[in-house]
Amino acid sequence: MSIKTDVSASTCIDGYGSAIGMPQLCTDWASNQIFWLVVTLVAIFFVLSRLALPRISAVISERQGTITNDLAAAENLKSEAAQAEVAYNQALENARSEASRIIETAKAEIKQELDVAIQKADADISLKAAASEDAIADIRKDALTNVKSVAKEITSELVKVLGGKVDSKTLTSVINKKMKG
Amino acid sequence: MTQMASSADAKDEGLVFHPMDQFIVEPLFGAGPVHWYTVTNVTLWMALSVVALILIMVVGTSKRALVPSRAQSIGELAYGFVHKMVEDVAGKDAVPYFPYIMTLFMFIVLSNFLGLLPMSFTTTSHIAVTAVMAMVVFLSVTILGFAKNGVGFLSLFWISSAPLALRPALALIEIISYFVRPVSHSIRLAGNMMAGHAVIKVFAAFAGVALISPLSVVAITAMYALETLVSFIQAYVFAILTCVYLKDALHPHH
Amino acid sequence: MEGDIVQMGAYIGAGLACTGMGGAAVGVGHVVGNFIAGALRNPSAAAGQTATMFIGIAFAEALGIFSFLVALLLMFAV
Repeated sequence: MSIKTDVSASTCIDGYGSAIGMPQLCTDWASNQIFWLVVTLVAIFFVLSRLALPRISAVISERQGTITNDLAAAENLKSEAAQAEVAYNQALENARSEASRIIETAKAEIKQELDVAIQKADADISLKAAASEDAIADIRKDALTNVKSVAKEITSELVKVLGGKVDSKTLTSVINKKMKG
Repeated sequence: MTQMASSADAKDEGLVFHPMDQFIVEPLFGAGPVHWYTVTNVTLWMALSVVALILIMVVGTSKRALVPSRAQSIGELAYGFVHKMVEDVAGKDAVPYFPYIMTLFMFIVLSNFLGLLPMSFTTTSHIAVTAVMAMVVFLSVTILGFAKNGVGFLSLFWISSAPLALRPALALIEIISYFVRPVSHSIRLAGNMMAGHAVIKVFAAFAGVALISPLSVVAITAMYALETLVSFIQAYVFAILTCVYLKDALHPHH
Repeated sequence: MEGDIVQMGAYIGAGLACTGMGGAAVGVGHVVGNFIAGALRNPSAAAGQTATMFIGIAFAEALGIFSFLVALLLMFAV
């Protein structure tokens, strides 16, 4: 600390500007400190009680109110969301059952059509089968008569070759007898 | 006085110890005697504490934001801290006296922190200042106690839960401790502030010796951290003791 | 010479009075130590009792302040 020689020495300060003893116990300064302390405390009290404290308490209570409101709004939104979820699930359920119903009917229709088609096809097939059987029977009959005539011819030829005499009537009866077997 | 002689001798030496010079009250403008109305460094630092208070509590909260800024949350923190303390310690019916306790707390805490600035003057380190505050608390609490409870306030000293034979002795002890309250209340604050600042100053004087100056700087740093803590704790203790005395005044029955 | 002896006695007395502050230190340490011990046993109850701890510290410290006061008076007022 620089040496201050211009400071006027008093009962509490020596000629060099240093304290004598404890400055706290110097009674010369007490009135000054008390006066300015009272001024300061009154100023602080008025600043606090007129300006700061009402404002801060208003802000805090307003915030408390906002928080309460927001919490209530959040609660509302939550219940709305729950309702929406229920509705969504309901709609999903409905859509599912609708879809399964549509699938059922489509299946039934398809089955019906299929049945009709199968029946028709069966009828066609049986018709064609009958026609084929008829044709086969005709062919068989034809074949049989052909076999008879061929057998007759071959037999008469054979008999001729062997030098026999061919009696047409006997030949036919023999062949018929053999064919019946 | 030997004190004067030693300080005069010390001017010529390398190590100069003037740990108490920081507490000298001097006129801010020019020299001369300190009258009660003189504008001194006391005035300056008390005014700065008012300015700091206005900055924190009024300017900081001027936006009234729902989501507080830093300055506003400091103000709200201080408000909530003191309000909760008054409610918890002194009771719900002490809330009307909350602005007075807030005034004391804010003045002490701001003065203590401003006093931690280098080259500053710590107004709360003066017993004259703290004694006035403690006497104001003591007198107003006593008057309040008698005004609220009448003669029943004296039951504070008559401990009905103690054995009858012990009660006069306990009453004597209680009365002594009651009247000693402003003494301990004021000297606790002033003593803590003065001691810490003086110790820092002593360490600072040791920094003049090159060999031990690093140690001195470390010690000053540590003391400064401790003083920051003490600054707050002493303001807290002053306010909480005021709340305790207020509770005694409002509910004197043990 | 006589004044010097009085002052010497005052200074010695001030030094002796300062030992009383050690008692306050022990007391404050005891208060805080017991608070911590209790807080570790039941941490949930600790937060509500911090104010009580500070009041206890303040009362324990008050007695140390008296010895400090006596020391100051001996140093500067006697």
